[in-house]
Amino acid sequence: MMPLLRLALLLFLATSLNLAALAVADTTRGTGDLGLIIERETGSVLIFSSQERRVLNRVEGLGDLSHASVVFSPDQRFGYVFGRDGGLTKVDMLEAKIEKRIVQAGNSIGGAISDDGALVAVANYEPGGIRVFDARSLDEVANIPAAPEGKGSKALGLEDVPGRKFVFSLWETGETWIADFSAGNVPVITKMQSGDRPYDALVTPDGRYYIAGLFGEDRLAAIDLWQASPVPKPILEGYRRGAKELPVYKMPHLEGWAVAGSRIVLPAVGSHELLWAEVGTFAEIGRTPVHSQPVFAVARPDGRQVWVNFAHPDNDVLQVVDSQTLQVVKEWKAGPAVLHIEFTPRGNEAWVSVRDLNKVQIYDAHTFEKKAELDAKSPSGIFMSARAHRTGF
Amino acid sequence: MCMLSGRTYRSVAAVVTAMYAITPCWSDDRAKSLERLVRQDCGSCHGMTLKGGLGPDLLAARLAGIPSDTLAGIILDGVPGTPMPPWRGLLSEQDALWIADYLKTERTK
Repeated sequence: MMPLLRLALLLFLATSLNLAALAVADTTRGTGDLGLIIERETGSVLIFSSQERRVLNRVEGLGDLSHASVVFSPDQRFGYVFGRDGGLTKVDMLEAKIEKRIVQAGNSIGGAISDDGALVAVANYEPGGIRVFDARSLDEVANIPAAPEGKGSKALGLEDVPGRKFVFSLWETGETWIADFSAGNVPVITKMQSGDRPYDALVTPDGRYYIAGLFGEDRLAAIDLWQASPVPKPILEGYRRGAKELPVYKMPHLEGWAVAGSRIVLPAVGSHELLWAEVGTFAEIGRTPVHSQPVFAVARPDGRQVWVNFAHPDNDVLQVVDSQTLQVVKEWKAGPAVLHIEFTPRGNEAWVSVRDLNKVQIYDAHTFEKKAELDAKSPSGIFMSARAHRTGF
Repeated sequence: MCMLSGRTYRSVAAVVTAMYAITPCWSDDRAKSLERLVRQDCGSCHGMTLKGGLGPDLLAARLAGIPSDTLAGIILDGVPGTPMPPWRGLLSEQDALWIADYLKTERTK
């Protein structure tokens, strides 16, 4: 080959390789700052970057997303979106597309992903019970119908706990079931009685305690999952103290974010209070009277403060409560229909969805200053991919 | 004829008469805000598409045979012993009747 031609060829190859490298650098990115915002009325989700405070893409076609929630694959690339209509949609956040979608039931309330990231479980209202799917293919692994008298009982408060286990409760029967998949894809099921009409549940961040809120009882139930034979114990008994029960226009949500240091904070049902208890003994520490019926009480990741939103018709207000003094330290009107609060993983920002403003507001979680707003159509849940690495999220 | 707020309906006939009388008097804004309330807030328990959730479905097929004043009564006073709260204080009787009528007419999205 002529030396000149060889040089030209080398230059051409070198340039092509450089261009290829540049192209890769432009399109590759990490996923630890990504997340999904549910647009509940349009059946779409927004893929966002929390670090850039920017919406990257919208993915449509996820069905009925009123009351939708998301869990993430361990690599933080895929979000599994649980829709109200029984839809389970695996969204690829990097490719901004639906990887796979199934409709696995008639009416669902939420789901969980096993600690090994291999199993995705969905709690169903219709036909009741839970179904468990292979996280990669969404092929069914197990069906646990929870049908005591032939009729499925509504399943809820579905949480993943260490050891490839799921725990959930049943509205009609008042039971809590542990589905243990540690030996394979045929679960070992343990059933216990938690109380009248569990409406939601949480698991503490270490996976030790499962706490069920009970609509029909003046208490909650706590299960120590580290015991050889776990038994639900009543906690915060008589917390309503026979007070006249206030109407509950929206059931509170319980989740592992309720733990602030050694304390757990729980929204009361039928009284406008937060209940504080010591994790483990669950002895009451105190209460915080709040603006209205609390829905979410979310501890900032450092546990120092808790942000609270409220049920209709007082759902335009946010309050922040100090976990040490139990006092409200800040209150403001964020806008009509504040539906959800999600902290960035290190807790520097709080992201708040304001449904009827069609905005997600981004606050400095220490100064409460509003730093940015994102447009979103009727936003509800905000889910950041850091949830992938937390038990019970 | 427009009905004034605060009136108590004692019979199905009165309710039906009242409903027909009320309908033209509703502003579009009020109707829109009530529809929004049904979808968004009743929807917390009954589903945004009213197909049910923790609470039963509110589809016309199930509700059609129930008198409107019965439904309005449930909306206003709740169902004791269940999570259905009383909405009196947030909704007027006319609001509750409008919602009852709305639910009984097939409007499933």
